[in-house]
Amino acid sequence: MNSPSPLPFYTRAQRALVDDNLQKALDIATGRMMVARRQAIGLIADGEAARDQARQIRAHTIANLGTYLDQFVANAQAAGAHVHFAADAEAATRLVVSLAQRHEVRRIVKGKSMVSEEVELNHALEAAGMRVVETDLGEYVIQLDKDVPSHIIAPIIHKTKEQVAETFRRELQATDTDVAGIPEMTAFARRMLRAEFLAADMGISGVNFAVADSGSLCLVENEGNGRLSTTVPRVHVALMGLERIVPNAQDLAVALRVLARSGTGQPLTVYTNMITGPRRDDDPDGPSDLHIVIVDNGRSRLLRTELEEILYCIRCGACLNACPVYQEIGGHAYGSVYPGPVGAVYTPGAFGLEPWSDLPQASSLCGACKEACPVRIDIPRMLLALRAQAETHGLTPRWVGAGLHVFRIAATRPWLFRLASTVSRLMASWLGPRGFDNLPGPLAGWTRHRHFPAMARQTFTERFREKGRR
Amino acid sequence: MSLPASAAPPGPRPTRAQLLVTCLVDHFAPDAAEAVVQVLERAGVEVIVPDGQTCCGQPACNAGARADAAAMARHTIALLERDPAPIVVPSGSCTDMLVHQAAALLADDPAWEARAREVAARTYEFTQFAVDVLGLSPACRGAGTIAYHACCHGLRGLGIDAQPRHLLGTVDGAAVVALPEADTCCGFGGLFAVKLPDISGAMLDRKCRQIAASGADTIAVTDISCAMHMQGGLDRRGIAVTVRHIAEIVADGAA
Repeated sequence: MNSPSPLPFYTRAQRALVDDNLQKALDIATGRMMVARRQAIGLIADGEAARDQARQIRAHTIANLGTYLDQFVANAQAAGAHVHFAADAEAATRLVVSLAQRHEVRRIVKGKSMVSEEVELNHALEAAGMRVVETDLGEYVIQLDKDVPSHIIAPIIHKTKEQVAETFRRELQATDTDVAGIPEMTAFARRMLRAEFLAADMGISGVNFAVADSGSLCLVENEGNGRLSTTVPRVHVALMGLERIVPNAQDLAVALRVLARSGTGQPLTVYTNMITGPRRDDDPDGPSDLHIVIVDNGRSRLLRTELEEILYCIRCGACLNACPVYQEIGGHAYGSVYPGPVGAVYTPGAFGLEPWSDLPQASSLCGACKEACPVRIDIPRMLLALRAQAETHGLTPRWVGAGLHVFRIAATRPWLFRLASTVSRLMASWLGPRGFDNLPGPLAGWTRHRHFPAMARQTFTERFREKGRR
Repeated sequence: MSLPASAAPPGPRPTRAQLLVTCLVDHFAPDAAEAVVQVLERAGVEVIVPDGQTCCGQPACNAGARADAAAMARHTIALLERDPAPIVVPSGSCTDMLVHQAAALLADDPAWEARAREVAARTYEFTQFAVDVLGLSPACRGAGTIAYHACCHGLRGLGIDAQPRHLLGTVDGAAVVALPEADTCCGFGGLFAVKLPDISGAMLDRKCRQIAASGADTIAVTDISCAMHMQGGLDRRGIAVTVRHIAEIVADGAA
């Protein structure tokens, strides 16, 4: 995740705006998820208090991250897990490939893991000659299509069911009966995937929360593929961002109360897996080895900065669904595996501002993200902070900074501001009485979509003073 | 829905207020500022307009031009400090700038930060001042069908929603209808509309469709910036709806 797509953000966004399938898919899905979230949070009497509590837990954990990480590592090791640290994406992929080689793995099944997308793990494993199959239904379709996810919890939110049917026909020779409807397509994918689970040597998963005082991993999912990936193969590798920690089971319960409600509108996901260590002697199933890979990859550079709060994120996706910009352009336009409002802060924060300086601009600062966030992350504040950093490092268009500077020179000198005001109004009245439809330069974009209003001949202040008033 | 008279805080009701006109209202919607003056003066509040007003710095703040934004904020704070009267602003965005952003921008200078906080503590968006401070329920007449669009910085920055809806509820003779997705951003976003015009345009398109679906002939707002953007979009699409500052609607129908 070190470089964005070759096309600039705005070009990708413009393409998204005229992609009919994408527009159709986004309209249906984001609307449904927003309604579901509001209803689900509204259903718990103390929904707002639960959000406050979840925020406090995340804030406390991030403020004491080192302590809790140490505690988690000690307890996970005591439970029999092998714990590894990876400083960056390359170290993480190298580590997982070497683990697979050491365990003589040929076939791998994967549960959904955003960290594995972030470090582009599949490429590395396939290059080492292993067969890797995504088992989350959305991720499976993504893999078949050689596509990338466009949403952190709904990876194929950008696809219509007709497009998925076409993929199954093309890549898996599905028949018309196999793709007759969504239930048929789901059953078809399940048949294809079942064989993969049974033949796999290694399962790779993500981690939603890691519980410090027990060394347990919590994985939430709706399809059962996560449970199969982490119990059937003989080796389980769990990838987690280093901020995924919660101090204890009570805190985990609070986080889970708001996670699924905010993400999909469910009270709880269908499967909530708790994994503590590998298979024990009296366990009927489970992997004989559990490796936990704790990935930094830019996270620690956010600690103790004005962007630290973004590490509170519990990856529910509510801010994506609520964002009117995301609703229009979808996730791919952002170019990062973490799109939407959270991605517009996280991506430049963790992966570097220079290649990603467009993302903090991709917001009207309406605040819908902060309002939707179950842990009340102040995303607009951090978008402003990143815009200021971009401005300081010369990463914004020069006409914006220069224009604002000239404006400031006038706005701090009332006589000059009045003069500029008079001249502008004279020009405006000379150009036309009722506004403009085709302005040149930076305002061309404005008048492409909307009329530009005429300036008043006389300002309010002039009228007021004319009446002799102060 | 009518607000009880006790909505206004106990204590002496202000008899004077300073109007921060805002540069957009001054240049593009002087009638909105006149309407604010009328509504307040009918309620017995003398309105003064401090000299030297320019721009509060909000656009520069949103663009990340912190030094420029701070300079404009200092200019605005200095001219509002000269009088102890409460400050009324016919814009949620500019109010949010003074109430929340200015102190943050000036945080590295404790003296200026304190001055920003002092001004922030007596700064109100127009409907906040009319309803929360003055407890107004102005009897006024209207006509046609009005819907309310909640401008983002007022709604989410300042928590303004009940106040404008209360004022609209006092308009006799006009039907007030719901605007679908009334709390979704219209796509203006200041320089956002200039820098990323097609994304802004797509959001505007959605807003225009909802406005057309609402059946309203008038959209009431608390911000002229959003109004300019929405009106420009409605005109371009041939939708015969007028977007007006809420003060104009209240002032127009006054007996």
